[in-house]
This record gives sequence, structure tokens and C-alpha cells, in this order.
Amino acid sequence: MKKKWVHIIIISAVFLYLFLPLAATFLYSIAKEWHNTILPVSYTFSAYENLYTDPRFLQAVGRTLLISGITLVLSVVTMASATFVVFMYLPKMERVLQALVMIPFAVPGVVAAVGLIKVYSSGPIVLSGTIWILIGAYYVLVLPYMYQGIRNNLRTIDAKRLMEAAEVLGASKIKGFAFVIMPNMVTGILLSALLSFSILIGEFVLANFLIGGYYETIQVYLMRRLNENGHLASSIVITYFLTVAVISWMMLRLGRRFGKTEEIKEKIS
Amino acid sequence: MNHKVTLFAVIALLPFALLIVGFELLPLTAMIRDSFLADDGVTYTFKQYITALTNPYYTKGMLNSLLISVYASCIGMAIAIAASYSMTRMPAKIQSMLVTFSNLTSNFSGVPLAFAFIILLGNSGVFTLLFKEWGWNITDSFNLYSWSGLVAVYVYFQVPLAILLLYPAYSGIHKHWRESASLLGASAFQFWLRIGLPVMIPSIVGTFSILLANAMGAYATAYALVGGSYNLLPIRIGALVAGDVVTRPQLGSALAVILGTMMVVAMWCNERMMRRFRRDLR
Repeated sequence: MKKKWVHIIIISAVFLYLFLPLAATFLYSIAKEWHNTILPVSYTFSAYENLYTDPRFLQAVGRTLLISGITLVLSVVTMASATFVVFMYLPKMERVLQALVMIPFAVPGVVAAVGLIKVYSSGPIVLSGTIWILIGAYYVLVLPYMYQGIRNNLRTIDAKRLMEAAEVLGASKIKGFAFVIMPNMVTGILLSALLSFSILIGEFVLANFLIGGYYETIQVYLMRRLNENGHLASSIVITYFLTVAVISWMMLRLGRRFGKTEEIKEKIS
Repeated sequence: MNHKVTLFAVIALLPFALLIVGFELLPLTAMIRDSFLADDGVTYTFKQYITALTNPYYTKGMLNSLLISVYASCIGMAIAIAASYSMTRMPAKIQSMLVTFSNLTSNFSGVPLAFAFIILLGNSGVFTLLFKEWGWNITDSFNLYSWSGLVAVYVYFQVPLAILLLYPAYSGIHKHWRESASLLGASAFQFWLRIGLPVMIPSIVGTFSILLANAMGAYATAYALVGGSYNLLPIRIGALVAGDVVTRPQLGSALAVILGTMMVVAMWCNERMMRRFRRDLR
């Protein structure tokens, strides 16, 4: 029994290390005076008030939502159809597709930015300075996550049999895909989209390099205010972290529901 | 394949193909091509690679990046191995709570993380001032804005990731293996050396290479913490491509190709090790 203590001490130490920076940021965001003491002397919520009424911040939030929204819609539509076609009719291409979507894992943000700037700052298509270059970059960034989610989903819903059934009943391929396959994948797609969304709202490097100068996203805004006002910056960090926490919680709930329907299906079959 | 299927396949694949070519393949090939061009952007040459690999300014950056990645990954790995093992000894409810928390903190990186560390350990950070009050000048031995600080911050974003990747691997070690081993007279140390470790090795190596790649490519955390003042490969690339003073995109491309290659090599090693140790894969 004595060994249990060792484990508790290890876990407490590690999770304290993980917890401290977060806790300090939170305390700093609500602190009014905090010098040379373990806890702040007095508290105030004025940093949050200032933040939520700052038009520059609200604009940054709006921009981040706009960019990630367009990226995710684009990604869901094109990835779902492409993965589906490859899964159903071109199984030999599966390896190629897999290699293509895994490239972003080996290409860090700075490297991706170098190529994108090169291609789109001059030449036949000039996109630098517009949101489209960032949307394109983000599209590539979330590829691996979207692909994994959709691919696993197609396998679990047994898309081949569903499609056969739809066609036997007289649906065209596009109809079968849009009205039979897609509705069955909603939960899975939502899960991958949420994961991708939490990655996108935390993305700084591409945003900063590609359009940071003209177009402030949340992370670029945070970076700019970092040295200006510590309390404001910490309230941004906490807001961001809470958003991510809510998304994670939604994913957990969705995942459980998804798991349950899978269990039910297994029981039936 | 009949005509109808072909048409459907083309319609479904076209947007994806266009986007992949436009934003993944084209930029990558353009960057590789650019890295073989002289500063004028016309003549082909290996000069950029020669500069990148011989100029002490850039080799130092590469070395720093490599060293910090190895350091942070080793420390992160050691912490995660201990922590995730301890986690498996907890009641199931606490285990799932800890996994959730690791998952949450694995999102905590980049600019927000750097900022949190500045609050804790920066020049006028909470701990810095507090320890000074208690008579311990932490800045004598620790400086957040240099090597030691970067390692501390890099370790922070490695630990949750490593826990998430390693923790499931422990479930591969079944309880009855330990029981059988101890019945046959093996000590706990012998069990881990002969059975536990060999089973875990692929996961450990795999996780390590992911951590390595993760640290090597990290830009935002270092940028927010030290700006351009600490010599790291990603920071050098950023400065060359979109710097305030002079930009030398061709040299930046060469460095970016080198960084990309380093990451691919790390991942390739991972793949090889997995194949080697896990015979069940092939």
C-alpha cells in the first residue's frame, strides 16, 4: 500500500506543473493589485469588461470565426465527397490520398508559409493580402484531422451497403451520397470539425505570416497586446482557453452519443 | 467502371484536387525550386544550401533547434512515462479525469502559453517577485527569455501530448503478465526489463519522434517569448522570408527545406522503429 503514495505524489507534481500557468493567468486576469504575494490583494473584472467592449477584439473574433467557418465548410464538403469516392470506387488510390493528407504533419507552419508566400505574392494568381490565402493554408492544416474522422466514419456506417441499398431503391449516386450517406455521418463530421475548429482558433504562425499585417485574428491580436496590457492579455488567454474547454466538452458528449449509437447498431446486427 | 461512376468521381474529386494542388503541392514544389535559386531568383545554384550549412549563424540556429527539441522531448518523455504509469494505478474515475485534463492542456501552446509563463516567471513574474521577497533571486540561475526558459516552456507543451500518446500503451501490459512473472520468480525490475519495456518500446519511440518533430517546428511559443533574439531555425526562416530588415526568400526556402527534411527524417525513423518492433504490423 505504501507505493500508492509515490504515484499520488508524481501525479500531483506533474498536474500541478500543468495547472500552475493556467491558474496564474486566471488570477492575473481578475487581479487588481498583485505584488509579492501568493494571491492577489484585490480583485476586479474590469479586464473582461474592457475586453468584451473593445471593438478591435470583437472584430478579431469575428474574423477568426469567418475564416475558420469558411475553411470548415469547404473542408467538410470537399473532403467528405473525395474521401467517399476514393473509399467506394478507387480503393487503390487510398494510399495516395492518405499520403497527401498526412503531409501537413511534416510541414510546420513557417515552412508552409514560405511556399504560400512565394506562390501567391506574384504571378498569375495574387492572393496575398486577401483572406483566401489563409483559408487555403488552413484547409491544408486541418486535412489530417478531417480525413481521419471521415474515413473512420465511412467504415463504421458501412457506406458500401448503404449506397447499394439506396441505388437499389432508385436513388442516383449524388442523391444517395447527399441524402443517405451524409446524414449518417453528421456526428462523425461534427466531431472532426470541432477538433479542427479548436486547432484553427489557436493558430498564430500562418495568420501572422500570411495576412497578419492587414487582418487581425484572435491570436495575432493577443500577440500585439501581449506587452501592452498584461491583465487584458490574460483575460484573452482565459477566454480562449474556456472556448477550447467548451469545445472539448461538446466533443466528449458527441463522442459518447456516437459511441452509443454504434453499440446499438452492433447489437442489432 | 461505367461512365456514370466516372462522372460522379470526377465531380467529387475535382474541388479537393484543386485545393490540394493549389495550397499544398504547388507551394511545396515552388519552395523547393526556390531553394535552388540564387538571390536574383533566376540562376540555378546550390549556393543557398552551402550558405545554410556553413554559415555559423544558421548552423548555430539548426543546432539550437535540434538541441532544444532533444532536451525538451527527453524531459517531457521521462515525465510522461512516470506520470502515465502512475495514472494507471489510480481509480478509473480519476484516470479519465486526468486524461481529460491532459487533453485540455495539450491545446495550451503557442502565444497563450508563452504569456502564461511570462506571468509566472518573467522579469516581474509572480514567482520571480515572490522568491525575491523570500531572498532567492531566481534570475541568477533561470532566465525565461533564454535557453532554460525555452526548455521549461517546451517541456510544458510536450508533457500533455506525451501522456495522451503513452497512456493507452500501458493498457497493453496486462495485469496477469505481472502475476505470472512474479509467480515464476521475476522481480519487479526484471519484469519491466524483460517484458514491460519491450512491449512499450514501439510506443515510446513513436511518441518520442512525434515530440521531436513537434518541438522542432514550434514557432509561435518561441517567437512570443524571445522574439527574434534567440537563434532557432524556425525563427531564422521567418525572419528571412518576412523580416523587417532584409528578406532573402531563396535562403529562407533552403532553410525551410532543411527543417522539413529534419522532420520527415524524425517521422521516418518512427515508422521504421514501429515496423521493426511490432512484427504484427508486417
